[in-house]
Parts: sequence; C-alpha cells; structure tokens
Amino acid sequence: MRTLPFLVIAALILVGGLFLPQFVGNPYYFFAGYVVLQYVVIATGWNILGGYAGYINFGTSAFFGAGVYVAAFLIKAFGAPLPVQILAAGVVGMLLGVATGYLTLRIQGVYFSIATVALVVVLETLIHNIDYLGGASGMQTIAPPAPAWFGGQTQYVFCAMLVLAVVAVVAARFIERSWIGRSLRAIKASEPAAEACGVPTLSMKLVACAISGAIIAIAGAPYAYYASHVDPLSAFSLTIGLNALAMPLIGGTRSWIGPVIGALLLASVQQIATVTISSEFNILAVGIVLIAFVVLAPEGILGLIADLKEKLRRRGARP
Amino acid sequence: MSEPIVVIRGVEKWFGGLRALGPVDVDLKPGERLGLIGPNGSGKTTLINCLSGLFVPDKGTIVYDGRDITREPAFRRARMGIARSFQIPRPFTGMTVLENLLVPMDYLGSHERSELERADEVLASVGLAARRDAPAESLSQLELRKLELARALVTEPKVLVADEAMAGLSENEIDDVLALLMRLNDTGVAIIMIEHIMHAVMRFSQRMICLETGRIIAMGTPQDVAQDRQVQKVYFGERAGA
Ligand SMILES: Nc1ncnc2c1ncn2[C@@H]1O[C@H](COP(=O)(O)OP(=O)(O)O)[C@@H](O)[C@H]1O
Ligand SMILES: [Mg+2]
Repeated sequence: MRTLPFLVIAALILVGGLFLPQFVGNPYYFFAGYVVLQYVVIATGWNILGGYAGYINFGTSAFFGAGVYVAAFLIKAFGAPLPVQILAAGVVGMLLGVATGYLTLRIQGVYFSIATVALVVVLETLIHNIDYLGGASGMQTIAPPAPAWFGGQTQYVFCAMLVLAVVAVVAARFIERSWIGRSLRAIKASEPAAEACGVPTLSMKLVACAISGAIIAIAGAPYAYYASHVDPLSAFSLTIGLNALAMPLIGGTRSWIGPVIGALLLASVQQIATVTISSEFNILAVGIVLIAFVVLAPEGILGLIADLKEKLRRRGARP
Repeated sequence: MSEPIVVIRGVEKWFGGLRALGPVDVDLKPGERLGLIGPNGSGKTTLINCLSGLFVPDKGTIVYDGRDITREPAFRRARMGIARSFQIPRPFTGMTVLENLLVPMDYLGSHERSELERADEVLASVGLAARRDAPAESLSQLELRKLELARALVTEPKVLVADEAMAGLSENEIDDVLALLMRLNDTGVAIIMIEHIMHAVMRFSQRMICLETGRIIAMGTPQDVAQDRQVQKVYFGERAGA
C-alpha cells in the first residue's frame, strides 16, 4: 500500500472511531472493541522485535503488566489523567526493554527468549510484595471521570485505545520501510553479515527492544481505567503473552499488516468465544491454531496470500 | 614502496584448548592482490574473522590505515573500509536484491550520488541488474555469491576479502568473478582472495600466503609458493591423496 492512501485510511479510521460513541449506544461494543484494539497494539509492538529483528519475546505480559501498574500507581498517587498514564507507561516500557535487552542480547537468540519469561516472574513477584499497589489481591483503581463528550468511561478508553492502535501501526509501518527496518531484517537474516555491512547490531537490537517495550506497555496503561480493578494475575496473564506471539505469527510477521490481521481475527473470535465458552478453552484453541500455522503456514496469512497470488499469476502466464 | 594498509602482528585465536590461528604476521599494501591458501581448517576464515572484527584475537594487534583496530567492533571496521564476503553466502532474506545493498548504504557517510544509482551500478557490475527486485531467497548459488560481492562493494571499501567466492562455480563463472575482482582491483582496492581453486588464485594473486594449522608455512610469488616443498606436501599432497 502506498503511503498517502495508507495515511488517509488511518485518519478515516481514527476520526470515524472517535465519533462512534455519538452513534452507537450499547457500551458492550466498546467494551469488546477495546480488547480487540488492545491486541492490535500489543501484536504490533511485539512484531517490531519478534517479527522484524527475529527476537522472540515470550514475556510480553511483563511489559503489558508494567504498563498496567504504572497507570494504577499514577491513579492512586496523583489521580493522573489517562494521557499522562499512557506516556509514563511508554517511558517505563522503553526503559524495561532497554534493560532487558542490555542484560541479555549480548548472548544470542534463545537466551533472550528465556530471559523474557523470567522477567514476567520477577515483575509479578515484585508486585505481589508491594502493599501500596494491593499486593497479590490487587487494588481498586478509581480513575478521574472521562471527558463528557465521550459519553462514558468505556467509550473513552475505547477511543484512547483506538488512537494508540493507529499510532502504533503508523509507527510500525514507518519503521518497517525505513533504514531501521532494513537493519532489523538484516539482523534477523544474519547478524555477522549485518555487522560486516556496518550495522551496529547491538544498538539496533536495543532500539527495537525500546520501541517494542514502549508500545506493549502503552497497551497496558488504559487497563486500570477500563477494568477499575487491577491484579497481578490479569496484568501478567499468560493469555497476553500467548496472544502477543500468536497474532503476528498467524497474520504474518514480515509486514505491519500481518499483526493487525492476526489481532483482529484472533481477538474478535476470542471476544465472541469468551461469551459462549470458557477462557481456558480459549488458550487451548489459540495454542492449537498457532501450532497449525507454525507447521503448515510459517509465513502466516500474508504468506498464504502471497502463495495464492503467485499461483494465479503462473496460471495466467500459461497459454 | 607505499606503507601497508593492513598490518597484522602476532595474531592468535584459540578455541578452548585449540589454537586455530597463529601467531601470524601479515602485511597488505594498498591496492595489492594477496592470495590466501591452505587446507581446510588451516585457519584462513579465522584470520579473516579477526581482520573484519567478528573475532577478537587472543593475542597480537591489527593496524588498519595507521590505526590500531584490534578491539574495534566489526561494524566500525566495515565503515572504515574493510569489506568481506562470506564463505557460505549469508543473504539478507526477506528483502530484495536491491534492499540487500541498501543495508550497508544506510550507514555510508557521504552521499555523492543518489543511493539507488550507486546500487544499480554495482548490481550491473556484478551482473545482477536483471535480478534487482527479486527476493534474495530466489537467487541461485552463483547469484548468491555475486550478491555477497555486491554487498561488499557497494560501500566502496579499501580492502576486500573474498572468502572462497568461487567455490562451486563453473569455469565460465569463475572467469566472471575473477574479471570482476580484477576490475575492482584496478580502481585501487586491495583484495585478499581465499581460494581452493589453484589456477584461479595463482592467476589472480601478486603474492600468496599458505596457512597450515594456523601458521604461515610459505609466502611469496604464486610460483614460489606453489613450488614450495612444504606447501606441496600439505596442500597438493592432501589434495592428490583425497
Ligand atoms: N567459531 C568457532 N568455534 C570453534 N572452533 C572454530 C570456530 N571457527 C573455526 N574453528 C576451528 O578453527 C580451525 C580453523 O578453521 P577455519 O578458520 O574455518 O579454517 P579454513 O577457513 O582455513 O578452512 C578449525 O579447526 C575450526 O574447526
Ligand atoms: Mg574457511
């Protein structure tokens, strides 16, 4: 997609979404839509490190949970408004990404992934032991009231998440097409070759960790507002970590639109399924679909579409 | 005589208890064509990894252009003008051929001409112009080797190391690559050629070095090295026996 049409579509979605509360009455749609958009942000953030640079983060929920608790802290301590919570979560996520990257990226690939799992445990344990944030049982988060124009808390956080999703996707697309994206893909293909081409691989991986960490943490920030109660179990939930990698892998990791497709599909199905079926079944289903894709369509839905186009082109070329 | 552009002194590289390389002393003059031969496992690639910065030597120093670069990271050496190709091609998959060249160009200091023009020129010079927009995954073995060279050339290096750039190629293809490297050398680039194909490396080199278990056992003109008794024994002897 060319840049101008892309930006026009992004702007239309943004404006359209912001006016949605004026036309749609039932808050349930915003309640469910929030989760879908949240996963668009998470999957997009994950893909910058996992998809472009090839460093698989199993600990997405550590970054998400950090965002949740930064927001919860700011609400309790200062009654800070949502935009401030989001910015602060972004900064914390970025620092967390750089710290994790700095400690683990000197060693290669798989050790990074293992360290990200450990990070979840560390942060969750930390929160368990902070009484001010409610410890293991969590805490109420009574957010300042939403601006009247949005017609309700749920509508307000939905619109906030929509803005974040559009910003995250625009950023991911920009990164993908810039020298940063090229360097990250070079790193994924071969780190020695990238170094030999002048790419400062360690710095570029840290940049990817920082951006990815910031975006995922930002996705967690409005949660305190949305749920008005935070607890370690839901903030650091396994579902977040699993979905974060399943969505890009199912959609396709090579391009910004892959995680978007994966998140829209998977999160929508899950939203429908949670109403009808249990959430344990949800995790099982995601796991099975993920394994099926990894085995049968490692390039995700984008790969399947590319294969199909190629087949049609060949058929067309035959006399 | 001009000052050497690369001065390697007493360089050693150990893997566990095994000394894979050294100590070796090697000089390379600006614009020189140096051939590096030796049986498999004799330390040729290890030497090149020390020069290009993928390995830090355990002992010794490497000076480039008057500057000690022994501990300089690989990406900085690349930007200083030390380029290399890999023995096993390492294309940037997930990108087109052109994008492969843009990766090193992203870090080039000066942009005298437009980047794309320069990339197209290099692609034409290695004979990859027609494959410009093809995904790197779709290249043949020959094309992959050409891509390795193109990616090294596009940064206008002062030193190029070609690690077995001709392995597995046909006679015609070998002539192609040789001619390409000769043309490049005409522009003043010093080239270290690691090669098993004897007639190619002898034709190409002004000077040759033979490594054996990490040590230099012969150095001199291609004729001298090829006729050296020790070289005959370890290199041709092994080859003939194999
Ligand atoms: N990364 C490495 N780790 C351990 N041993 C290595 C490594 N690279 C090379 N070696 C060993 O060093 C020796 C020299 O290898 P190499 O430089 O690749 O030889 P050549 O290029 O001359 O065939 C071999 O014994 C090889 O097994
Ligand atoms: Mg070798």
